[in-house]
Amino acid sequence: MAQQATDNEQGSVSLSPLERPEPRVKIKGTRKGLSVTLGEGDWQELLNELDQRLGQGQAFFYDSQVNLQIGPRDMAQSEVEALIHMLAGHRIELASLQTTSRASGEAAQALGIRLALPEVTLAPSEPRAATEDWSEGVLLRRTLRSGQSIQESGHVLVIGDVNPGAEITAGGDVVVWGKLRGMVHAGALGNSAAIVCALELRPTQLRIGSYIATSPEETASTGTRPEVASVIDGQIVARPWSNRAGQ
Amino acid sequence: MPGRAITITSGKGGVGKTTVTANLAVALALLGRHVTAVDTDIGLRNLDLVLGMESRIIYDIVDVVEGNCHLYQALIRDKRLPGLHLLPASQTHDKAVIAPEDMAAICQELKNDNDFVLIDCPAGIEQGFRNAVAGADEVVIVTTPEVASVRSADRIIGLIETIGKGPGKLVINRIKPAMVKRGDMLDTFDLIEFLAIDLLGVIPEDENILVSANKGIPLAYEADTRAGQAFHNIAHRLLGEEVPFMPILDQPKNLLTRLRRIFGRG
Repeated sequence: MAQQATDNEQGSVSLSPLERPEPRVKIKGTRKGLSVTLGEGDWQELLNELDQRLGQGQAFFYDSQVNLQIGPRDMAQSEVEALIHMLAGHRIELASLQTTSRASGEAAQALGIRLALPEVTLAPSEPRAATEDWSEGVLLRRTLRSGQSIQESGHVLVIGDVNPGAEITAGGDVVVWGKLRGMVHAGALGNSAAIVCALELRPTQLRIGSYIATSPEETASTGTRPEVASVIDGQIVARPWSNRAGQ
Repeated sequence: MPGRAITITSGKGGVGKTTVTANLAVALALLGRHVTAVDTDIGLRNLDLVLGMESRIIYDIVDVVEGNCHLYQALIRDKRLPGLHLLPASQTHDKAVIAPEDMAAICQELKNDNDFVLIDCPAGIEQGFRNAVAGADEVVIVTTPEVASVRSADRIIGLIETIGKGPGKLVINRIKPAMVKRGDMLDTFDLIEFLAIDLLGVIPEDENILVSANKGIPLAYEADTRAGQAFHNIAHRLLGEEVPFMPILDQPKNLLTRLRRIFGRG
């Protein structure tokens, strides 16, 4: 049964028979070896419990490496030594210590124990539900040349230029981190609320949902500032980029 | 050491692929290299005309592919330069008669006896193009400084990148310095920035090109002409030498031109 690493809560919740209190000694197998977490409480008691648990495992733990997490607990060098000694009795090596206590850290380092960085744990990856905030897209990191095209049902992000003669058709938004000089159709599945952003917005033709627009006639580029195009009051409008313009 | 097979292509027709192929072949041969030029424009051949070898064609590339002759029998040697040969195209067939694999095999064989195999590619992006690039180690893209040509060049570069023969090198042909100065012709720097590949050479517009093509004597024989000089520079660069570009590139954009561009013509 998966258990989440939470702090020991001193709650007033009465325990039903099925619940168990958060164990103070946690032993977990990871890719890098064993991970042992010691919670709050009397040090000696914890040590004994760990000793006992490791003894139960016996040969399973032999020759393992352990990363020990003790949180903010302050430990003296002698305590660390005792721990190392106890672990050695089970043929386990203390490979690293993870702690927020400076004293413990120094003690460990004095004994040649490496200090580990806190592990990053991401929430278990499940597909993000498409909510107002998050939706799927693709990223392309090169320039689209004339004649090349992208068709995606979600958003499209291009890091590079989109040359004239290239085409992007996206069900979602289109962002070009470069010069957009080709043809773009955002919201192509019927979403006129889609937007098109570019560092340089000079498409041969721009379509959002069922609206269509072309770049104004200009013989010279009138300065290159990032712009966002969206449908406002029934027509496609390009505005200089600002956080508001992009909403 | 096997030679280098270089395909000269453009996408758009009429920008100077055949001219560049012929003149580059002559320029390299004048530098003592063994060069074979290959015409893959089956049905619309003209590399033989430009090299002045039309009257001596017995066998052509289609004969080689169909097994009517050996490869060496189809090669025509230049009268003035013993190191220069042409493998002509057929005028009576079309491009469907040979396949990319045939071209690759021919190029492989030619590379054994030549320092350079220059493959003249037909216009377009279909079978002719696919055949022409099949045997290439490197690709040279020719463009003129006008919008349609540049667009086609971009397309071609994209195709070459897709088949893994990219990125290619650029030759800008028929540049008119006076027009560039006036702002009436695309600027070389803008071209390079747009197409984003290395520049191999810039060839100025030169009336002598037309004359030499009609005579069948490539202008590269006359290194004192501007275009002739440009071809020689390209040949040297292909041999790995660093040759500064001719002054047409170094014309500083004067302030007036730059201001015009910022605020629009007028």
